[in-house]
Amino acid sequence: MHIGIDVGGTNTDAVLMNGTATLAGVKHSTTPDVTSGIVQAIEELKQQHAFQGGSIDAVMIGTTHFINALVQAKRLAPTAALRLGLPATAALPPLVDWPDHLREAIESRSYLAHGGYEFDGRPISPLDPEEIRRHAADMKTHGIRSVAISSVFSPVNHDLELQAAELVAEVLGEDVAISLSHEIGRIGLLERENATVINAALRELAIEIVDGLTKAVRDQGIEAPIFLSQNDGTLMDEEYVRKYPVATFASGPTNSMRGAAATSGLSNCAVVDVGGTTADIGLLINGFPRETANEVKVAGIRTNFRMPDVLSIGMGGGSIVDIETGEVGPESVGYRLTSEALVFGGSTLTATDIAVAAGKANIGDASKVAHLDAELVDRVLQRISERISEAVDRMRTSPDPIPVVVVGGGSIMIPRDLPLFGEVQRPENFAVANAIGASIAQVGGEVDKVYSVEPGKRDETITGVREEARQKAIAAGAKPQSVSIVDFDEVPIPYLPGNATRIRAKAVGDLEMGPLT
Amino acid sequence: MSWELKAADLPDLARGATLLGTGGGGDPHIGRLLVEHVLGDGSITILDPDELPDDLFVIPTAQMGAPTVMVEKIPAGTEPLLSLRILEEHLGRKAEATMPIECGGINSMIPLIIAAQTGLPVVDADGMGRAFPELSMETFAVYGINGSPLALAGERGERVIIDTGGDNRQMESLARAVTIRLGGVGHIAEYAMTGADVRRVSVPRTISMALQLGRAIREAREQHRSPFEAIARVLETTLYTNLRELFVGKVTDVERRTTEGFAKGRAVITPPEGAHDGEFTIDFQNENLVAKSNGDLAAIVPDLICIVDFETAEPITTEGLRYGQRVRVLGISTPEMMRTPEALETFGPVAFGLDDSFVPIEQLRPEPSW
Repeated sequence: MHIGIDVGGTNTDAVLMNGTATLAGVKHSTTPDVTSGIVQAIEELKQQHAFQGGSIDAVMIGTTHFINALVQAKRLAPTAALRLGLPATAALPPLVDWPDHLREAIESRSYLAHGGYEFDGRPISPLDPEEIRRHAADMKTHGIRSVAISSVFSPVNHDLELQAAELVAEVLGEDVAISLSHEIGRIGLLERENATVINAALRELAIEIVDGLTKAVRDQGIEAPIFLSQNDGTLMDEEYVRKYPVATFASGPTNSMRGAAATSGLSNCAVVDVGGTTADIGLLINGFPRETANEVKVAGIRTNFRMPDVLSIGMGGGSIVDIETGEVGPESVGYRLTSEALVFGGSTLTATDIAVAAGKANIGDASKVAHLDAELVDRVLQRISERISEAVDRMRTSPDPIPVVVVGGGSIMIPRDLPLFGEVQRPENFAVANAIGASIAQVGGEVDKVYSVEPGKRDETITGVREEARQKAIAAGAKPQSVSIVDFDEVPIPYLPGNATRIRAKAVGDLEMGPLT
Repeated sequence: MSWELKAADLPDLARGATLLGTGGGGDPHIGRLLVEHVLGDGSITILDPDELPDDLFVIPTAQMGAPTVMVEKIPAGTEPLLSLRILEEHLGRKAEATMPIECGGINSMIPLIIAAQTGLPVVDADGMGRAFPELSMETFAVYGINGSPLALAGERGERVIIDTGGDNRQMESLARAVTIRLGGVGHIAEYAMTGADVRRVSVPRTISMALQLGRAIREAREQHRSPFEAIARVLETTLYTNLRELFVGKVTDVERRTTEGFAKGRAVITPPEGAHDGEFTIDFQNENLVAKSNGDLAAIVPDLICIVDFETAEPITTEGLRYGQRVRVLGISTPEMMRTPEALETFGPVAFGLDDSFVPIEQLRPEPSW
């Protein structure tokens, strides 16, 4: 058996799973401190379905603690950004595009040093160990406890980041936390560096959170390994979280999508999560959310780590309906639904009222919407299904048919059939889908680099990249025979010789689970 | 009339420059950050070409190479000005203004970096009137100004002069080779000329047009008005008079291949469900070159073919094209000086090896769309 827990901003879900079967599921409000929420969740699971701590093989946790810490600019470590690339890159030093309050919150220090590579692997300039030591000494006098190191084209060659890390550790001591950009982001220096600095600033909190979670679980008599959900839906072990807390940032929407898919038994589908104000549409490919190709802003900082690609349209259960046009949203009564919607005695016509009038839902007082014109109700439902269809169609990557799974409180308003897509799926266990999403036990490995592909060597290069991704997945704890490549693409780069090509491969496998060795 | 450009104008200018990039030209984002960082609270003087003294000495500046490299190997910041200084020394004459060679994409920003660093004014004009892939595809060249001597600077202080006399294509080819050895991006100063020449050979007021377009799109969105209507009203007042809606639909296929360092390919756009307007294709080579509706010519280079979000009018680059995007394809007429026989020979259909001949957009689509 294993336990999945998703600590969201509002609710904490927890499930007890046996393989893919849900034995128990609980939901309660998120507590301000990590530990008591986890303890409460596990105790409630025990009440629903008694178990011994020793019979649990793994505990998987999704958490919003880290992204919240950044958004609130709290509990961040004094952090330095060290960039290798001089004489290039001096025009825009590290942290140049950060909001002032976050720069202050991490008491940032920013350093430029020689090093870095060209796109084809030639050095820009040699690393100067004395220069790095001088910078490290300055960090020491300024009380820096965490360091982010970036180097130009480190996705092509990262050896200078490793050398600089050793030099910094010699001066600042082995306890200093060091985050390397090639392990965190991809091509796009400022965005990758930003993600690395964010990671560095969260390293001390990561220790605190992981220690807290571990203690809470161990106190329940569970000695099983603990994993945390990553942005891409795979798991990382606690040692990894201590080094890469930033990888938890988008685990919320990811777990929701993966949970929806798991409860409907699908691994390739579109997921439509309808809340009060918006419908969020994402695409699951081989069980994993499709990721954005673009830069993502987090707390006002431009980064390029991989996040699920979610399209939000302004249409939810609380959306206001225009009686003239039959149009829904984007304005919504939001959390005031239970006082302003017609079925709750209010005076605003909302999408929920339409669903009730159409007999699709039993909420509030149906007699309060009995007077609605049947033709209007039909027209609004028609409009809702058109817009959902259009949004799903926008998200899919080819004209091939794809099943649609609808979830969330507002999903009652979505008709049974959608134009282009046919019948929609509505999984039953959705209340705790986030926790189910967290509990899916898969781990992965990813490679994303620019290669100079020699003529006739394309196949060889690609095979090498795929194998590297596979080995990374196995190193992360996947059963070797279960590992497969779930995502692959190659994009040629214009205006460069030597067939410069950016190749990305991602491998995923089932977590090796079982009794502790 | 000359005017002052401030940091707050840069996001609008970048949006307009991306539209004028017609799918290529490189993302101006990093260029915008570079200008912002140097400019701070200051401002840049933009000169109207009609008011330039005849003997004013102008040196246009730009970057060349792979935009993908520039987002990773950010400039040292010294290269743009160094390229200008190298050419000044070589010619023995100080520049009194700089200007873009290309108003579409990232090259709209490079002269502004120099201006922010030195206080040098920037002429409101350029030599492409859009984005093109090669340094020789310039109205400057079409109307008799040589690109040579060209000065090229790297971030380690490298200084290169290329002088191929009147052969602008050979200049392009040598500069491209040096740029690759510099790591994929070089900064250049070329096509030095006088104020009188600028008036004769450049496409006027393209910086202010890019700024107005970007601003009009943003304001229309903020006020829930049609951004296309807003674009049309701006263009009416410029030499790019005609805006046409060529097609509305969904991207259903994007085919890409890289040949000789260029990203070539074709995008297929189909009408929304229910409509029967057939199929629309756009062939691109970094920039969009030719658009056809069921095989019939709809617009062709050098007229502008811009793919934008069908609702917000946000320009979409060829790199950013993806299946499922709802788009509007816009055609914009170029000024007459870009459509003369000599201009068409330099950057018209034949320069890109296309079989079709140039037909002005207002002839292909006589009715205004907005």
